[in-house]
Amino acid sequence: MSTMTVLQALNAALHEEMARDRNVVCLGEDIGKNGGVFRTTDGLQAKFGEDRVLDTPLAESGIIGTAIGMAMYGLRPVPEIQFSDFIFPAFDQIVSEMAKLRYRSGGEFTCPMVVRTPYGGGIRGGHYHSQSPEAYFVHTPGLQVVVPATPADAKGLLKTCIRGQDPVIFLEPKRIYRTVKGEVPDDPEFTVPLGVARIARAGSHVTLVSWGAMVHTCLEAAEEAAKQGIEVELLDLRSLLPLDQDTILDSVKRTGRCVVAMEATRTCGVASEISAIIAEEAIEYLEAPIVRVTGFDTPFPYTLEHVYMPSPKRVLSAIEKVAKF
Amino acid sequence: MRNPARDLVRVLPVLDQPASARVPELRGEECLEVFRGMLRVRLLDEKMLLMQRQGRIAFFGPSSGQEAAIIGSGFVARREDWIFPALREGGVLLLRGFPLEKYFGQLFGNCLDVEKGRQQPMHFSSGEHKYVSLSSVIATQLPQAAGAAYAAKIRRDDCVVFGYLGDGATSEHDFHVALNFAAVWKAPVVFVCQNNQWAISVPFEKQTKSDGVAIKAKAYGMPGVAVDGNDVLAVILATREAHVRARAGGGPTLLELVTYRRGGHSSSDDPTRYRDESRVEPWLLVDPLDRFRDWLIAQGQLTPAIEARMRDELTTIMNQALATAEAADKPPLETLFTDVYASMPPHLRQQMLEVQGDGSGTAEGAFPL
Ligand SMILES: Cc1ncc(C[n+]2csc(CCOP(=O)(O)OP(=O)(O)O)c2C)c(N)n1
Ligand SMILES: [Mg+2]
Repeated sequence: MSTMTVLQALNAALHEEMARDRNVVCLGEDIGKNGGVFRTTDGLQAKFGEDRVLDTPLAESGIIGTAIGMAMYGLRPVPEIQFSDFIFPAFDQIVSEMAKLRYRSGGEFTCPMVVRTPYGGGIRGGHYHSQSPEAYFVHTPGLQVVVPATPADAKGLLKTCIRGQDPVIFLEPKRIYRTVKGEVPDDPEFTVPLGVARIARAGSHVTLVSWGAMVHTCLEAAEEAAKQGIEVELLDLRSLLPLDQDTILDSVKRTGRCVVAMEATRTCGVASEISAIIAEEAIEYLEAPIVRVTGFDTPFPYTLEHVYMPSPKRVLSAIEKVAKF
Repeated sequence: MRNPARDLVRVLPVLDQPASARVPELRGEECLEVFRGMLRVRLLDEKMLLMQRQGRIAFFGPSSGQEAAIIGSGFVARREDWIFPALREGGVLLLRGFPLEKYFGQLFGNCLDVEKGRQQPMHFSSGEHKYVSLSSVIATQLPQAAGAAYAAKIRRDDCVVFGYLGDGATSEHDFHVALNFAAVWKAPVVFVCQNNQWAISVPFEKQTKSDGVAIKAKAYGMPGVAVDGNDVLAVILATREAHVRARAGGGPTLLELVTYRRGGHSSSDDPTRYRDESRVEPWLLVDPLDRFRDWLIAQGQLTPAIEARMRDELTTIMNQALATAEAADKPPLETLFTDVYASMPPHLRQQMLEVQGDGSGTAEGAFPL
């Protein structure tokens, strides 16, 4: 075990997978010599060379489009989009091409690849360095969407994705890149399966569902709730597609109460999907309405970021609301 | 540049090269206006980078070394012309008369900010000055510039649109789409590329294999003109020609203003990680302010005393505006929810009332409602 930040864990995963498999290549803006604007790819180019770690021209459609071609041909590309806010110039390549290639070719052509991209707010980045775009991708059949919340999961999930069969949108919680530290297994064969939620805190009164950086906000809220005698069970989903419905439903059936917290805008967000699944599969167990705590349905603001971002306090009031219903 | 012998439009003398005989016509006060605009960019850079280090603003994108490109092109744009900026054209907005209080208000994201604190610093906007709100998303403004220019054309307005970009932006699809549409439609637009040789850590030679940016215009069927971007008179000359052509129905032009990004990409960037800083030194010898100053002095239009007075005056105005702006309040809570639509739909109104009602607007304890 080593103590690492989320950033170091991601960097370690990339180093290990590039060493393990010569087909793994990384490409993106500023990822080579500069090691990425967040330093996630630090040291990769020096170690694995410019052929396998490419500083690309400034074009996201080019980054994803060429990566799809590389993947079809047999490489394992790990393209980086510098901020998930800049993924949209590549949206066409992602939703029309990457997501559908296997299906439309009868399974004969595939593009296993991992699109890494930092997402989320809390860094004073304004509209274009803060958004949480997971819903667009979860909504697109053919894509897997993965969001780690801890250093160990960051490493284990990224390694699983790179070894996988299908394309992944891998959303990295940039707000906690450096602030969250944890124990990470050194074993190069350590991986974390997709579609298995992590119970970040056990509890019997309220189920709290979240993912990514928001898990840590939720943890704070859960600790506060415990002071009032409300024991929260916090689920860290880790992957949004595939989604671990069993763990969610199992928990809700025990608690009868559920809050879903995310940074993204509310309307048609992943929280809505989770609420619908619970309503369909476990309504007879519910003791209170399901409550969503989310970003508001506005573009991501700058100065009022702290109002926009769900705070521990906002999550706590939702917990109290369902607990006292 | 891959080809150092590439001909650049040049007016001011540089190193051992003499001045060109083709000098743009400029009145004495216009010369000083241009010099003042350039000096203001330089002074703001110094001050704002310092403020960023002090934690008083969150972010800044400097433009030192690019003053001639920014102010020379911006000077040609008339009040009725539209500007679609990239990251480093704040100096153009100020040249158009945008008040410094509002400029600083944007950097602070407070009540004085036209954009109501909604955007990251440097993302200026002013309807009054026909300076379109900047998007961080590289190159998206360029097809929009072509579209606005086409609209002006079919309305027979006397309006030229300026679409600014960096060298990195030339790799985005929107750049190519914009040039193609603008040329096909003969739209009155001037694409102004500040080729400062870097896109964050990516040097120009890794961005494209073409011999500069201007040559890219050829394939789209429009003139492409490479200009010494540290020579403000050359920039004015070339921009005027493009502007005249656009007004006369001759369609778009791509200007490449060859300059150099002297500092980091932004206040968040550390260029020593990826470039040998000795590469910057030759560019200090062709400083745009020095070159214009020498010329103005030789023409008898500027003296050290006049410049010193100009500097003092700019600094005083800047400090006063800064004090006013820094004291301004944050934007009110409701500005989080307004302007998403022309009128607020019910679901947003409900979300606003939730925030106002439960006090979560004060969640961090720091926000004075
Ligand atoms: C679509 C998009 N991709 C990536 C970025 C991140 N980014 C911001 S500025 C920049 C480099 C821009 O270079 P250039 O166009 O040369 O302009 P300069 O910064 O040199 O003025 C990059 C990659 C972005 N803002 N938008
Ligand atoms: Mg550049």
